[in-house]
Order: sequence, then C-alpha cells, then structure tokens
Amino acid sequence: MIEFTIIAWVMSFLAIASALYAIKTKDLLSAAISMGIASLVVSIMFLLLQAPDVAITEASIGAGLTMAVFIYAIGKTERWEE
Amino acid sequence: MRKQASVVITVIFFLSLTFAFYQISSSYNYMENKYDYTNPINESSANESVPQHYIKDTKNETGAINVVTAIVVEYRGFDTLGEVTVLFTAATGVGFLLYNLYSRKKNKREANLILREGSKIVLPFALLTGAYIFIHGHLTPGGGFPGGSVIASGFLLMMLSYPKFFMNEKRLSVLESLAGITFVLIGLFGLIFATYFLQNYLNLGNVGYLISAGIIPLIYIAVGFKVGSELASVIQNLKEVQE
Repeated sequence: MIEFTIIAWVMSFLAIASALYAIKTKDLLSAAISMGIASLVVSIMFLLLQAPDVAITEASIGAGLTMAVFIYAIGKTERWEE
Repeated sequence: MRKQASVVITVIFFLSLTFAFYQISSSYNYMENKYDYTNPINESSANESVPQHYIKDTKNETGAINVVTAIVVEYRGFDTLGEVTVLFTAATGVGFLLYNLYSRKKNKREANLILREGSKIVLPFALLTGAYIFIHGHLTPGGGFPGGSVIASGFLLMMLSYPKFFMNEKRLSVLESLAGITFVLIGLFGLIFATYFLQNYLNLGNVGYLISAGIIPLIYIAVGFKVGSELASVIQNLKEVQE
C-alpha cells in the first residue's frame, strides 16, 4: 500500500507542476507539451484508481490527439506569447 | 417555395417525433405485461438501488461481463447514439470549415530517422491494440471510443513521421457513414423483430466468450470504426491547414 501512496504523491505533484508550467511559460509549444504530460500523468492516476477504460481514453485523446491539435494550431499561428 | 418546403419538413419531423414517443410509451406498457418485471414496490427487492441491480443482474440480463459496457451500450444505448451523433457533427463541422483550404502539395520537412523507423514498428501494434479494445469491449475494460481513439492516434503517428502520408477523405467518410448506419440499423431491427429500439434480440450465448452478449459487440465494432475514422479525418484536416 505504501508504494501506491508514493506513486500517487509523485503523480499528483507532476500533474500540478506541469499544469502550472503550462500556465506560466511564454513558449506556447512547451505549454502544449506540458499539458500532454499532465494528461499522461492523470491517466496513470486513473489506472491506479482502478478505472482502466478511462485511463486508455485519457492517454490516447488527452496526451495524443489533443496535443497534436494544439501543435498544429501553433504551427499555423505563432509560437511565442507576447 | 422554400418556406413551404421548410414547413412541410417541420411538420413531418414533429409527426415522426410524436410517433416515436407514442411508440415508446405503448411499448413500455406492452413490455411490462410480457416480461413480468419485478415490481419494486411489492417485492422484497424494494431496497435494492440501481447500482446494486447493475452489479448483480448485468451478467444475466445482457450477457456482458464488463458492467460499464453493458450500461453504455445496453441500458443507455440511446445516449450512446446521441454521443456518436455529437462526434459526427463535430467532425463534419471541422471538415466543412477546413477541407481543401490550402493545397496539399508542398515541400515539407522530413522527420528524423528514429521517428520514421520507429513508427513503422509501432503502427501495426497500435492498430491491433485498438481493434482488440473495441472487439473485446464486452469482456475487458475499454470499448468503442477508446479503441477508435487509439487507432486514430496510430494514424497521427504516421502523419507526424511521413509528411506526405494522407488518407482518402471519401473512403473515410464512406466508412464513417456505414458504421453509423449499422448502429441505427441494429437498433431498428430491435424495433422490428422485438419490442423496442436497440433491444438485445440476439442470443446471449455463453457468458465470458468472445461471441456472446448479443448486439453489444456488433454495436461496439461499429462505434470503434466510426470514432477512429472521424478522429483521423479531423486530425488530417487540421494537418493540411498547417502550411
């Protein structure tokens, strides 16, 4: 049970840290990538909390497709926030 | 002329809605008489809540082990049809706005060697995993939506590593429409051969086997194809606009 607690603490710290970095940074590309990291970590949390179907969906849509949509949109516009 | 046509279409729409609601209410009464469901007020199972009922009786009623799948496709099948329609509308809107806005013949930079060679190895496994997830939707966790999105992310990997890779839009839309028509037709067969829309009219089979649970695997295969082709076409449309 102690491993579960440690992994859960690390994962929640990573999720919050990457989400805060996505808000704070001026580089929109790295903001999009850190949002992808946040959803990957959240999908691991879903797996730990025994919701594997939600974990599959979150990993493929949140970390894969949404990040790709953001990156294509950034490629169409500008990379640096003013 | 257009006003009259729109009035006629509206009247037909409301008449069909009225007929549908009438059919629902009448089939409900018919169903109660035919199948003799336990009346929760008189029986001893009055204190049983809905989650307890799902956990206890799902296996006997639907033949599916995965309770989430049984709820999504069987008990709340009409909601799933609405969800698929929402996704279809979103994909149609993206295609309508972005299709062929820019020419697709441009010199694009190639991806590096590791991504190109790695995606060749990963793509078949991604497609196989997606197909496994939606074919085994009634046995293992997952279902049509996760499986379709895994397949779409496999195609996204191909688009990232090969800039000239592109899928035929017409074939994608034909596949998408066929999958949607299959879903609706399965539901209408329930209305024709049995009592209500999306009824599980097939044989339930042995619980836990691949071919079991009646229409649940068929519906989830249709949903998986539909979601995969829709998300892939959305990503492709967004990619073409990039230049």
